[in-house]
Amino acid sequence: MSEAANLFAQQESNRRRSTWLVIGFIVFFAWVGFGGDLAFGLLTADAPPGEYHHVVPVLGIFTTLVAAGICWYSWRFGARQVLWATGAREVTEPATPEERQLVNVVEEMAIASGLPKPKVYIVPDDDPNAFATGRDAATASIAVTQGLLRALSRDELQGVIAHEMAHVQNLDVRLMTLLAGMVGAIALMSDGMGRMVRGGSRGVRLGGGGGGGSRDKGGNPLAIVLLVFWLLTLLVAPIVSRILAMAVSRKREYLADATGAQLTRNPLALATALEKLEAASAPTQSITRGAAHLCIVDPAPGLLGTREGFFADALESHPPIRQRVARLQGMGYLGEVAAQKS
Amino acid sequence: MIGALVLLAIIVLLVLWVIGAYNGLIGLKNKVANAWKQIDVQLKRRHDLIPNLVNTVKGAMDFERSTLEAVIAARNKAVNATGVAATAKAEGELTQALGRLFALTEAYPDLKATGNVAQLQEELTSTENKIGFARQLYNDVATEYNTRQATFPTLLIAGMAKASPAELWQITDDTERAVPTVDISTTKPAP
Repeated sequence: MSEAANLFAQQESNRRRSTWLVIGFIVFFAWVGFGGDLAFGLLTADAPPGEYHHVVPVLGIFTTLVAAGICWYSWRFGARQVLWATGAREVTEPATPEERQLVNVVEEMAIASGLPKPKVYIVPDDDPNAFATGRDAATASIAVTQGLLRALSRDELQGVIAHEMAHVQNLDVRLMTLLAGMVGAIALMSDGMGRMVRGGSRGVRLGGGGGGGSRDKGGNPLAIVLLVFWLLTLLVAPIVSRILAMAVSRKREYLADATGAQLTRNPLALATALEKLEAASAPTQSITRGAAHLCIVDPAPGLLGTREGFFADALESHPPIRQRVARLQGMGYLGEVAAQKS
Repeated sequence: MIGALVLLAIIVLLVLWVIGAYNGLIGLKNKVANAWKQIDVQLKRRHDLIPNLVNTVKGAMDFERSTLEAVIAARNKAVNATGVAATAKAEGELTQALGRLFALTEAYPDLKATGNVAQLQEELTSTENKIGFARQLYNDVATEYNTRQATFPTLLIAGMAKASPAELWQITDDTERAVPTVDISTTKPAP
């Protein structure tokens, strides 16, 4: 019962976080737009009549609409986009024994978790990795790389799929998929807006130069501060959004490990699987930075990959594998003790 | 006047609670039935796979006739079993018979190489796992159902919802509790 309550709380928290993510995303874009409007409005307020006055907040309306559009798109097509970006292909008719086994294992885990069977995808990449995506259990997909199928035994594969199934069950996939769409959009937007601002401010300066250079120098201090602050947000946004994505995903990995172990009742298989995944530390090339937080192990382990501590915690999307393995081994040990007692 | 209103409110609340509890029980009952159906599907699949397997290995393992016959006998017994306890017992025996058969196939490398046996084995392993997981699910749901109808205050309306305790799928056999592995690549022949 407490397991069910726990799961429910987790789902609820993910639903709430997804909503806040969408709100935060739209508010951020509105700030970028309307903030820009305000800055330009103040800058051009003193301009002599006949010159351009920025009165209608076109930027703000535009960015807010775009943000809403991106949210809708991430919600509707985010999963498809992620799968497409990794070059994954769906396995409908398993052709090889490996594929057969994969489909079977996914079916097993679907039964164990009591959820509908997710779609199965294979990513043509030799580095072992896996991820799940989708809005909810009904639209979920689980993708594994070719390398994973080759490297793991049946039990280990089951552990990995159980971990992914746990993400689906917890509704982690919803938050993660939305985030993947937004991280990509923010990076793109920040580039584009940066270019626009550079072009735009040059235009204003040129326009002001004709009127009165001295007045422009004294300028409206509020407008300058606002403009600087606004530019700063644009610069920092991609980094912040990525750190947010990483932070949101780290805690979930421990939880999905634990829930997955509950499904298979075999935590040690997942532990050895994780060790194998870590040992094969070649970067997963098919998986880009924007979807990194979806994966079971970091596709491009950085310098901090094996380190522990505050900075490693803040900057990596995944907790150190050694800690995850240790926790799973602890569970396995407890399980054995319990089995011996009964 | 106030007293009547309070009484009315209490009655309304009571009725609402009865409706909620009743629907909750019925929902759980259906979940139990559904979980059982899940097991049933997998059991049927296993029963269908076994004749295939027996036909494939028959030629090569002619002198291990007794093992094959034990598998077939256990399968037929399992097909005809009814009720949770009897089914659980018959299926447990079938699992053991299959385990022995797979242990024996270890001695026939040619058989493994044909691919067909390996494929059937993967299917049976998977089906066996699915039975196991479906059993977990069934037992979880059935336990929740049983607890709900036996605890106060839902207990009071259990009769109205025609709720009766669902039988759990117990593992009757010690050898099965040890979870036999049917993966021939790792199994050693049974002594």
